[in-house]
Amino acid sequence: MNKTSPLLIALAWAVVGIPFLWGFSQTVEKAIALFQ
Amino acid sequence: MPSFFDRGSQIAGPGFSRWLVPPAALAIHLCIGQAYAFSVFKLPMTKLIGITKSAPDDWTQAQLGWIFSIAIVFLGLSAAVFGRWVETGGPRRAMFVAACCFAGGFLISALGVQLHNIWIVYLGYGVVGGIGLGIGYISPVSTLIKWFPDRPGMATGMAIMGFGGGAMIASPLSILLMKTFAGAGSMGVAQTFVALGAIYFLFMMIGVLLVRLPAEDWKPEGYVPRTTASALITVGNVTVDQAFQTRQFWQLWLVLCMNVTAGIGILETASPMIQEMFPGHVGAVTAGGFVGLLSIFNMAGRFAWASTSDYIGRRNTYMVFFTLGILLYAAIPSIGHMGSTKLFVIVCVILLSMYGGGFATIPAYLKDVFGTMHVGAIHGRLLTAWSVAGVLGPVLVNYIRDSQKAHGVPGPQAYDVTMYLMAALLAVGFVSNWFMKPVDDRHHYQGMPAEA
Repeated sequence: MNKTSPLLIALAWAVVGIPFLWGFSQTVEKAIALFQ
Repeated sequence: MPSFFDRGSQIAGPGFSRWLVPPAALAIHLCIGQAYAFSVFKLPMTKLIGITKSAPDDWTQAQLGWIFSIAIVFLGLSAAVFGRWVETGGPRRAMFVAACCFAGGFLISALGVQLHNIWIVYLGYGVVGGIGLGIGYISPVSTLIKWFPDRPGMATGMAIMGFGGGAMIASPLSILLMKTFAGAGSMGVAQTFVALGAIYFLFMMIGVLLVRLPAEDWKPEGYVPRTTASALITVGNVTVDQAFQTRQFWQLWLVLCMNVTAGIGILETASPMIQEMFPGHVGAVTAGGFVGLLSIFNMAGRFAWASTSDYIGRRNTYMVFFTLGILLYAAIPSIGHMGSTKLFVIVCVILLSMYGGGFATIPAYLKDVFGTMHVGAIHGRLLTAWSVAGVLGPVLVNYIRDSQKAHGVPGPQAYDVTMYLMAALLAVGFVSNWFMKPVDDRHHYQGMPAEA
């Protein structure tokens, strides 16, 4: 039985997570203007 | 020898972790969510000839507005038409075709921009790209439900959250690329379209490579499937064609359409609305921050509400959306008259979280009512409600606002009627959801799921 490596799971999540977090931080930065 | 795209070769072997499937779905949804950020191209595309300012032959905002509308209409149509094809062929083939169409749409549009022919852009981003949006949107839904029968709301919520998050990536990325490619005689739009097409194609390929279908007899460890129906959760299956003939399908169509129309009412006019309702307090930059905040809650609501629906039930989740939504929309005019910007922002972000939550909870609702067998295809047909709402919402909001202003209603009060109308639309959704009943047994498929 070929068990999926936890490293592959972490890598897959990182690949989608990093751009997502970048976009999220950019949006939060813009939204902060609302409270200044 | 089975091809890479054959359904058989998409079935996971023993030991495959289901936690690879949500990132596969996110790789698709984070890309196609770019659609929500298309507005960043609108201003540059009105100055393709004039560069520093619009020339007489430049495209108008109204002409450009059609690009997004056509894309949303084709999203709904393609999801409806190709839903069954997605279901039978499996997610890998669908994701690949979605990537080709979505990236191809950008490339065709780049040609349209280069030749300054709006019809080529309509065909590219609107028609071809729109088909990519529709197929891409539904491609991972039923697969996720099959991998997470214990938490279908959470699983589809995660993927559909990606669609909301996609705009957050696309907006700064597109601006960055346009800045890089802009020169003395170019706004950099065509080059940005080519770059985005290439980037999105490669990113979507990650989803194509990762996604797998569970084996027919697979179930999560410790999970005991239901053997008896309870309340609105069926143990049977309804085929897509049969579902189309049930009252429940149209009730859910109305539920989604009303929820989306009301949400688009705020999304579409967020920036001018907050500036006009609070003149002197909110400027363009702050309004931009408001739009960003709405995007965050639209996205977060998708995951939070869909996951909550696994515990409180889908019907109850929509009851919350409609009850709370009616109260909050009806309260907006009074909040505007009070001049409380903070309260207005709080109300709007709650409403937008429920707008996103509505999108993300509907696949699990369909699974509860019609079973898992054709849930992707049924979801595809239901998305025509989004196409209708995508046209209805902005038209209603803009028409009423303009009509109010034409009748001399001052800026801060120009949105009152719109907000009451949105509350009324949610009341229609409330009634439709209230009368939801399980599908009659005569609609259930009697054979084995694999035969359908």
